[in-house]
Amino acid sequence: MNFKHKFVFLFPGLFVLIGILIFPIIFTIRLSLSGWNSYTPEMNFIGITNYIRLFTDDPRFWESFFRLSFLSVTTVILQYVIGFALALMVWREIKFKRFFRVIFLIPMMTTPVIMTVIWRTFFHESLGPVNDLLGNIGVKPILWLSDPVIAKFTVIIVEVWQWTPFMFLLLLAGLLSLPKEPFLAAAIDGASPYRKFVYVTFPLMAPISIGAIIIRLIEASKIMDTVFVLTSGGPGTATETSSFYIYIKGLREFQMGYAATLSFTYLVIMIISLTIIAKVLTKLMIKE
Amino acid sequence: MEKLYTFLKYTFITLWTVFIVAPFLWAVSTSFKDFQSVNSKVTYIPWLDFEPTLEGWRVLVKSPARGGVDIVEPYFNSIFVTCTASLVSIVLGTLAAYALSRFTFKAGFVRNNDITFFFISQRIMPPIVLSIPFFIFLSTIGLLDSLLGLVVVYIVLLMPIAVWIMVDFFNRVPKELDETALIDGCNPYQAFYKVVLPNSIPGLIVAGMFCIIFGWIDFFFAFILTFTEVQLLPVKVVALNSSITPWWSLSASALISVAPLIIVAFVVERYLSKGNLSGALK
Repeated sequence: MNFKHKFVFLFPGLFVLIGILIFPIIFTIRLSLSGWNSYTPEMNFIGITNYIRLFTDDPRFWESFFRLSFLSVTTVILQYVIGFALALMVWREIKFKRFFRVIFLIPMMTTPVIMTVIWRTFFHESLGPVNDLLGNIGVKPILWLSDPVIAKFTVIIVEVWQWTPFMFLLLLAGLLSLPKEPFLAAAIDGASPYRKFVYVTFPLMAPISIGAIIIRLIEASKIMDTVFVLTSGGPGTATETSSFYIYIKGLREFQMGYAATLSFTYLVIMIISLTIIAKVLTKLMIKE
Repeated sequence: MEKLYTFLKYTFITLWTVFIVAPFLWAVSTSFKDFQSVNSKVTYIPWLDFEPTLEGWRVLVKSPARGGVDIVEPYFNSIFVTCTASLVSIVLGTLAAYALSRFTFKAGFVRNNDITFFFISQRIMPPIVLSIPFFIFLSTIGLLDSLLGLVVVYIVLLMPIAVWIMVDFFNRVPKELDETALIDGCNPYQAFYKVVLPNSIPGLIVAGMFCIIFGWIDFFFAFILTFTEVQLLPVKVVALNSSITPWWSLSASALISVAPLIIVAFVVERYLSKGNLSGALK
């Protein structure tokens, strides 16, 4: 086959993407070496001063990073467990199968910020239905949004609601594409449902699970919309994630240079840690 | 044992369904309330708990000058940006995915997989990292606060999704298909256009739906890169959330904003049940 054709197919997409991205990336790196802020809005050169500040004098960034890790790992584990359970339940014949499948998919079709606005009224501490209903059975009002510990769990609840469907979709699509033979063999051997899951379904699903978890981790690491509307990082900094902290530094305090340093460092950390997680998961779930 | 399992299964499914539906029911109920029924005590059922009004919905179509919230224009803006960006992403992404699935690329240490990874890895980029440079980039070329500027940015968000789904999909379309077409005298473009593409409709639909979902639900770029000239739907709805919140019009506009994509859930389910999706999504 003539080899020139392949470039005609690849290059439009590749170059459009590179063309759009090249400026932002180079610009971010350059900006991170400057002291651009609201007093001196110019591209001066201050070397690695910003990076020294980040690594020696900014515990808030690292706290927000660990908080983000906690939030995203917890939500993704919950989403995986619940999503897998749901997928298994509607995989085979059950009553109203298609109805439940549609219902389980709906949250991922809704705009996170907009639903979070609704969640905010839902969890409202004096006018929301949750505390009211709990009050009817004698539970004291829970401070869903203003208690530093509980607010984290409120964010997790909303994230799980929003994105379990995505996990469910990927896993159900995977389940439906599995070959039939191993299940027949297991049935002939008279394997119990539990053993069937552990020795047949789960190993067969391992590659799909890894893919789904990685995709969700990537998306979960960007938690921003939910936090932005639900708690604005509050109370205090209790739900502040890395993205939100960078947003505050860059677009509220206009320390553009420093925000670029944060962005770039954060991106490098994300790429390294996601690669490691992918490798570890592959090792753990696919046993030779 | 079997019975217990069935019982637990249906309990879990029911509880989860209630959890999913709860915020929607609450929003529907709230959208018919007025100041009194929101702020005195928590109310649920119209007529029984409170006297429903249509005020929350009526406000949506009033002009801002008469105290309304004009969401019609943001609605069309959102549709335009989402559809245009999805279309461009699908076209470019499908071409690139076809190339990556059928031909071998070699440049230094870069192989096909690395190029595919480059496309997909753009999803790792948190919006905040891109938003500041994009802000300056767009204001330099005069596209800040414009629909076109948003489309450009959304292409970066959506093309990775199109490539991710389509590479996987093309890998499952047998190579013999294009080879036969080439032997029959098609050139590579005709083979792609006349033979491969018609056989890839399920993949294209899935990729299209995912692009539309992720375009429609984006908030952050629209929030940073537009101000007054152009407003997208999520930004408009969240803006209602500020100051003194009128929960009723907030709920009404939220419901009307999430409604169109719920249809997508039905389409996805159909493809899932017909077994077409399992090939397109893995």
